[in-house]
Amino acid sequence: MARAEVRKTYKLFIGGEFPRSESGHSYVVEDAQGRFVANAALASRKDARDAVSAARKAFGGWAGRTAYNRGQVLYRVAEVMEDRRPQFVEALRQGEGLTAAAAGRVLDETIDRLVWYAGWTDKLTQVVGNANPVAGPFFNLSTPEPTGVVAVIAPQESSLLGLVSVLAPVIAAGNAVVVTASVLRPLAAVTFSEVLATSDVPGGVVNILTGSLDRTAVTLASHMDVNAIDLTGLAGDPAQAAALEVEAAANLKRVRRAPAVEPDWSAEPGIGRMTDVLETKTVWHPIGV
Amino acid sequence: MASTRSTTARAFEYAPAPESRSIVDIAPSYGLFVGGEFVDGHGKSFKTISPSSEEVLAEIAEADEADVDLAVKAARRAHSRVWGRMPGKERAKYLFRIARIIQERGRELAVLESIDNGKPIKETRDVDVPIAAAHFFYYAGWADKLEYSGYGTESLGVAGQVIPWNFPLLMLSWKIAPALAAGNTVVLKPAETTPLTALLFAEICQQADLPPGVVNIITGAGDTGRALVSHPDVDKVAFTGSTEVGRAIAKAVAGTDKRVTLELGGKAANIVFDDAPLDQAVEGIVNGIFFNQGHVCCAGSRLLVQESVADEVLARLKRRMATLRLGDPLDKNTDVGAINSAEQLAKIRELSEIGEQEGAERWSAPCELPDHGFWFPPTVFTGVTQAHRIAREEIFGPVLSVLTFRTPAEAIEKANNTPYGLSAGVWTDKGSRILKMANALRAGVVWANTFNKFDPTSPFGGYKESGYGREGGRHGLAAYLKGGHA
Repeated sequence: MARAEVRKTYKLFIGGEFPRSESGHSYVVEDAQGRFVANAALASRKDARDAVSAARKAFGGWAGRTAYNRGQVLYRVAEVMEDRRPQFVEALRQGEGLTAAAAGRVLDETIDRLVWYAGWTDKLTQVVGNANPVAGPFFNLSTPEPTGVVAVIAPQESSLLGLVSVLAPVIAAGNAVVVTASVLRPLAAVTFSEVLATSDVPGGVVNILTGSLDRTAVTLASHMDVNAIDLTGLAGDPAQAAALEVEAAANLKRVRRAPAVEPDWSAEPGIGRMTDVLETKTVWHPIGV
Repeated sequence: MASTRSTTARAFEYAPAPESRSIVDIAPSYGLFVGGEFVDGHGKSFKTISPSSEEVLAEIAEADEADVDLAVKAARRAHSRVWGRMPGKERAKYLFRIARIIQERGRELAVLESIDNGKPIKETRDVDVPIAAAHFFYYAGWADKLEYSGYGTESLGVAGQVIPWNFPLLMLSWKIAPALAAGNTVVLKPAETTPLTALLFAEICQQADLPPGVVNIITGAGDTGRALVSHPDVDKVAFTGSTEVGRAIAKAVAGTDKRVTLELGGKAANIVFDDAPLDQAVEGIVNGIFFNQGHVCCAGSRLLVQESVADEVLARLKRRMATLRLGDPLDKNTDVGAINSAEQLAKIRELSEIGEQEGAERWSAPCELPDHGFWFPPTVFTGVTQAHRIAREEIFGPVLSVLTFRTPAEAIEKANNTPYGLSAGVWTDKGSRILKMANALRAGVVWANTFNKFDPTSPFGGYKESGYGREGGRHGLAAYLKGGHA
């Protein structure tokens, strides 16, 4: 008789742990051909709030690490992901209906994107910060600092490359993140969370929620302890994006608006996704004997 | 314990804690690393020895002009066919690999460096090797981000690089990492007294599957270096070493299109004000001049101390110097290792004798010197004036010259009264004074309430006769990109 395989339970990723939804709810995830694949956790409002708490708790430590160390950790994520290629190729074939070759190319881009952002951690300050020649005897220096806890609505179509392309810049810049995965294609994100958990990324720096945005997105957009929100995953849904932007105004979150259509993630990203979640701090100090 | 009336601190007795040598495997002889392979040179060979024991470590090939030409050709081929065309993000991944392998083989590199150079294992383990790895990691990240550097994305071609013996692997990383990140290929010559870690680095390039010819390592002395920098197909010359040789290089490339960066000598002022935290300042003075046996181009070799605290600072300094442990570089307790060569030791002795003859007062830490090898005790000269040669010339050894000042203006004038301008130190609790001094000092690096700090993100290089160009940081890319024309 054929051996019955042991199937994985797809869970949330909050505070470095893998809980089920506190609500006990799950939902059916199908592959690209509409066949049942797994039940994924349906994150609740409370799960979203827990994720924000975990992110806030992790933020200080992550932001306080040296940029060099953050770069090393991100590079480690790329290393571990490269080591688990077959698993991700399979996830992309299943979830996005790609051929093995196409899935391999998407995975290449994904890993290279992590490496690109790993290299940014200790260069960002040098590219966007500078000394200011004020007209007086003062030392004056502007440097970027992470804004804090960032909520990200990840892309719906590109469930892995898209996810990494919106998540990596946020943590490279020193923020902690709560990200909602592609609603219909959440499994690659869950597998990615397992890479994060084994890559020296401190628990809580990245938190991943799966399930309908009806519950989580509004909670995140209106949460008073979230500093910024990226609405990229609402591409093509301007009404919902605008509604969340209104919620976000309550505590003046920095908002990255949803594009009209989901971008081509294979294009070189630029630095905008990092500068969107940075504050500029300017320090003055007198000069004199 | 024997009873003693003395209340002065007795030196702790340490049992030796030697790092094992078994991790390194030194071959009896080494060839040149050209086109991705080790090849025999056409020239003679020379010996590299351990300066702490004078033991012969290996026979090293001395590259002659024909060898240099082959290496430059290999680098040119690799640049035009592979490396110069490779997308930045692919170059980046090779450099990340190299960074990782340096980390993985860190202990081996540290032990080998200590054996060949004579510097304490504490330094190679905690400074040289980790910063070398960090340098590759940092510039790896630049390889696919050159458009953000402000210097364009176009490489120069083949870089001829000549490095000194004081930080062999670290200086190699300062030279090779930015060059490769920017898309250049290199021919690098390590110093004749310290070739071994560069040759191990060649093996690391092989492990990383770096395309052949991207990095070429040629060994030899002054003649080899001269052949390299004057080779007509070298686009860029990078040199770290003495001002005298730097001047000769500047003359040799005159009238050519070669780009040049020079990181040369120094005679840094380490300025201590009366409001400085004195214990920290004393640590900084010790670190500034005795780190790496004073074989540091940016060493704080002139202590300028405010008159009101001069006696106190000197008393504390001598007390601290008496606790420095000199000896076996592989002993983890060792603070001060061996002088790198007999030649350098002779130079330090000569200048120290001149210091005495010119009227300065010499005091050396009371430490026993080993019978074999090249050693010089941590030494301080007081009563030094600006006219003394030990206040003007780079000794490049563990010898500190002490001068005093009364006002900040006097400190600035004395600090800047040198043809050099590599670094300076300022010790005071007053922030505004730090910044005022930093503005007034004609030096490329100013350390405030610290000294001898290095980081891949931080540009390093000198004013005046300490050379030109910067290494490290975003600015370090300027030397290796067409858009960075100085």
